Amino acid sequence: MTALVLLEHDGHAVKQPSRSALAAAARLGGEVHALLAGSGLAEVAVAAARLPGVTKLLVADAEAYAHALAEPLAALLVALAPGYTHILAAATAMGKNVLPRAAALLDSQPISDVSEVIDADTFVRPIYAGNALATVRSADAKKVITVRAASFDPVAAEGGSAAAEPVEAPASQAGSRFVSAELVKSERPELTAARVVISGGRGMQNGENFHLLERVADRLHAAVGASRAAVDAGFVSNDMQVGQTGKIVAPELYIAVGISGAIQHLAGMKDSKVIVAINKDEEAPIFQVADYGLVADLFKALPELADELERGA
Amino acid sequence: MKLLVPVKRVVDYNVKVRVRADGSGVETAGVKMSMNPFDEIAVEEAVRLKEKGIASEVIAVSLGVAACGETIRTALAMGADRGILVETDAELQPLAVAKLLRAIAEREQPGLIILGKQAIDDDMNATGQMLAALLGWPQGTFASKLEIAGETIAVTREIDGGLETVSLSRPAIVTTDLRLNEPRYASLPNIMKARKKPIETLTPAALGVDPAPRLALVKVVEPAKRQAGKKVGSVAELVAKLKTEAKVI
Ligand SMILES: Cc1cc2nc3c(=O)[nH]c(=O)nc-3n(C[C@H](O)[C@H](O)[C@H](O)COP(=O)(O)OP(=O)(O)OC[C@H]3O[C@@H](n4cnc5c(N)ncnc54)[C@H](O)[C@@H]3O)c2cc1C
Repeated sequence: MTALVLLEHDGHAVKQPSRSALAAAARLGGEVHALLAGSGLAEVAVAAARLPGVTKLLVADAEAYAHALAEPLAALLVALAPGYTHILAAATAMGKNVLPRAAALLDSQPISDVSEVIDADTFVRPIYAGNALATVRSADAKKVITVRAASFDPVAAEGGSAAAEPVEAPASQAGSRFVSAELVKSERPELTAARVVISGGRGMQNGENFHLLERVADRLHAAVGASRAAVDAGFVSNDMQVGQTGKIVAPELYIAVGISGAIQHLAGMKDSKVIVAINKDEEAPIFQVADYGLVADLFKALPELADELERGA
Repeated sequence: MKLLVPVKRVVDYNVKVRVRADGSGVETAGVKMSMNPFDEIAVEEAVRLKEKGIASEVIAVSLGVAACGETIRTALAMGADRGILVETDAELQPLAVAKLLRAIAEREQPGLIILGKQAIDDDMNATGQMLAALLGWPQGTFASKLEIAGETIAVTREIDGGLETVSLSRPAIVTTDLRLNEPRYASLPNIMKARKKPIETLTPAALGVDPAPRLALVKVVEPAKRQAGKKVGSVAELVAKLKTEAKVI
């Protein structure tokens, strides 16, 4: 039994959700190999070979993989599949795009967003926005799995020494072409990796006001998130959405500001260790999941919070 | 160009679901059912493409129990032209749905299939990608913008770091994200008109597909409940509690 984990990277380092996928793969009980695909991989291949628990690192360095398009990556996974019983990736936008495509080509029903590994065939996954947890057993010869990163502590970034091995790119008719990307640059920690997350909702009223959150985030080294309503209204960019259909986070501390607590939002943050809610409506459902609730006007509370943290520092 | 839009009947997004006491699943009896919200966005996009003269016909497909016909009617009331119902009482998982949709796509030869990126019941986020694979078509998932020029489709995708645009050659698969559009409400006259639009009924057997599920459901449980905590009276008290009690800052 050997598992192959498709790694996600930025050309320099392997992304943290992939290290959670490696942790999930280790729970299967067999050997774990990792696949690094992209164009110009020399630097990141050195980093990837150090990931603990990985016995072999496959490196597919080709122009076709430069933008992680699903069509060539799925073809690559299918070409490598004969050597593996399990194929995994983190349930990121990339993993969710690529793995089901590979699964269909392998005649396998993918198991999405796995939050617990019971054994090599049996997995737990949230359904209905996390309001129920389903245990499912796969009868497929090859299991294709995306991993809910927030549910598995990532393996360390270093400590292993995998043998790297180049792999050939199989031919694939893409039909798709990368045009452009508009990536949001931020000095802050990534939402899915941050120890503290502070999110704003419709109550923030506009994008400008997110500065109030950022001042607090600066003190706490926090990532800044948002509700769907805040993204839809154009206050902030889509990559900040937390929830059923946005990012799933489980930080040590989650601070929800001006967010009512719809089930779709809770789905993305209710596994946080400590939840704080700041909302002027004491009936807001967010208070039902908050460890500490502050009924207050956020425009008063946020500057006070920043001041208080600055004083304490 | 014909457009195919699969629509799923799911528990309405406003319903707080209840897990059955025997762990066999989520209670769906007597619960309000609606079209999956992402599929509404898909129907809206298809109807807009028809209104712009880019598409010639919009076909709504649903798969499952007879009541899925109502979901098709909703799509017809929004502006789809005709429906196809693949009727079965069997549980359908995304791989089976993708195979059934492939069979329909081979019959109908659409230039574009628009699906919701995920269904809000099983939260799988897989059917569109699988259908693209089975047809050998390119895919543009999690779309927040769609532009069709001649034989190519530019799809702006919501990805973890922001936005990405890919160009797909037709025929292609697109899956919708929340911000692609705001679906319309069907007007009363359009609801009346939809009653006269044709719906063809097929079966998995007629399409030559074995829909047997690959994932066996072992059990369904409720997640651990979070206890509502306490209210604090001031920002100072909050910070003190986070420092000394929760010890997270
Ligand atoms: C298919 C689908 C998928 C979805 N996916 C997601 C998702 O991934 N993530 C997500 O977040 N949502 C998602 N939603 C939307 C979700 O249902 C809610 O509409 C959304 O979360 C509401 O955002 P909000 O809490 O910011 O806004 P609202 O519900 O409008 O709440 C605003 C809150 O701000 C408070 N407030 C206002 N002014 C102040 C002030 N001055 N001081 C303090 N408090 C104030 C109000 O009391 C209120 O509680 C989804 C919905 C659907 C149908």
